[in-house]
Amino acid sequence: MTIQRSSWGSSVTSATIASPRDYLQTQMRWRWSEIAFWFATLLPFIVTPDYLLLASQVAIAALFVLSLDLILGFAGIVSLGHAAYFGVGAYTAGLISKWGWGEPLTGLLIAALAAGVFGYLTSFIVARFRHLPLIMITLGIGLLLQEAANSASWLTGGFDGLQGIRTWPIAGRFRFDLYGYTAYGYALAALFVIFLGARRLIHSPFGLALRGIRDNSQRMRAIGASTYSHIRTIYTIAAMIAGIAGAILAQSTETVSLEALGFQRSADVLVMLILGGTGRLYGGLLGAIVYMVARDQFSGLNPQYWYFWIGLLLIAVVVVLPNGLLGGLTLLTRRSKAAS
Amino acid sequence: MVEPLLAVADLRAGYGSAVVLDDISLDLTAQGSLAVLGRNGVGKSTLLLAIMGYTRVSRGRILWRGADITYEPPHRRARAGIGWVAQEREIFSTLTVEENLTVAARDGHWSLRRVYELFPRLAERRRNLGNQLSGGEQQMLAIARALMTNPALLLLDEPFEGLAPIVVEELTAAIRRMIAESSNAFVLVEQHAEIALPLTENVIVLERGRIVHRGPSAQLLADHAALERLIGLKLAEV
Repeated sequence: MTIQRSSWGSSVTSATIASPRDYLQTQMRWRWSEIAFWFATLLPFIVTPDYLLLASQVAIAALFVLSLDLILGFAGIVSLGHAAYFGVGAYTAGLISKWGWGEPLTGLLIAALAAGVFGYLTSFIVARFRHLPLIMITLGIGLLLQEAANSASWLTGGFDGLQGIRTWPIAGRFRFDLYGYTAYGYALAALFVIFLGARRLIHSPFGLALRGIRDNSQRMRAIGASTYSHIRTIYTIAAMIAGIAGAILAQSTETVSLEALGFQRSADVLVMLILGGTGRLYGGLLGAIVYMVARDQFSGLNPQYWYFWIGLLLIAVVVVLPNGLLGGLTLLTRRSKAAS
Repeated sequence: MVEPLLAVADLRAGYGSAVVLDDISLDLTAQGSLAVLGRNGVGKSTLLLAIMGYTRVSRGRILWRGADITYEPPHRRARAGIGWVAQEREIFSTLTVEENLTVAARDGHWSLRRVYELFPRLAERRRNLGNQLSGGEQQMLAIARALMTNPALLLLDEPFEGLAPIVVEELTAAIRRMIAESSNAFVLVEQHAEIALPLTENVIVLERGRIVHRGPSAQLLADHAALERLIGLKLAEV
């Protein structure tokens, strides 16, 4: 430890302390573990082709968790109604397709815009509150939208769900098949591209400012950051990403039910993020994988009580690993490195 | 006459319906420095909060380079060039030292290299998180972070409070170097006249929210009787 510190001390020369921008750039470098992770996401195509539909569900969940991590992990906005934006994206994509335009990529774009507009409008309320009031407000937004979708059954199909969605093949070639090849490829590609954008964003000066706001928003204001507009911006971005996740679900399953914007989904996504670890991007991805696979396995064992196991897992992780599974993994690798 | 950098005119300010400051008028030139002395709870910190925009102003005006900023929100004042180091320091605890400095950086005289030269201890600890610092290091970081915004006016709220004497010495030396090196104005709120007066050009003394004395710092420092009467300070032979 002491050796390390002195090496930091001696490395403090004008060459290493260039500018704030350089500092952020060094944080942007790719690690080997990251590259390995993304290669591993291709494995289901070869190793478990029978589980590609599950894999596509995992990728959609991961994208949704990523959007929550941007606001919760990096800006400290706790939300219990994040499914509202997922649902707006899902219904928008579903309706466009039902009305005769089944091209998936434009559908995705329009769904993102719709969710983004809804996110932008609600961000004006969200940005003004923190802590418990904020949780209640986001919960309210979620419940409100769910009931609105329920009562507008002429539009949404209400309790029966939105029927008659037909998604055209991607680029006119890749049909959504029964095994989920296209669905997983599509969801994974979207996840990867959006992840790259999110990674860039959090290592930008804007991303650093968000973390400052999460730590102490009052102080950020005192050093010249307009915290409200920062929060509104990230909230809108997160809503768009959640909307894209919802749209992919609608397009790949060709159905949308009220459950897409239900409270359960908001709670699930929060659980995934806490399990994996907040504020580290990969934590959410890991949480989504563990949660979705666990749900698949546990519900095979005894379908009625599988939340019992999720509850147990959640408590165990929060008690033992305050930084989530990924935080635990990092700690482990650091220790094994120190030991060797 | 040169237009003052900061002008406070006839200010009455407080929180909610409570008035903490009244009849406050002061001018500060672009390279001026002002000590604000007084006992606990006389409104010294509130004066800084009022300049930053965190209090309710019920009378008077605050002018910045001649423009009225009385009702501007804090972040606009910070961007206009007012830097504030609060008594609570308020380091971002989950950000590293370097991130704390980077988060608010704006171009100007003070760069990472210069603040590290001013506070070598921060350079040693640049990879440490904010909550792994000692009190003195936190104070250095709070000052350095404010300098990184390259303010035209720096507000320092009791920077030496709660620090060990040896750290106070280190910090005073750094502040003296900072004053010599940069061209910004500053306001130093202090309980300890013997530290604040030698560092500043002018002084005001507050009592129950009003200014009861104003003048050159050197003059007050020499006037032991006035010091004792105003702030109850008995100076040993300096």
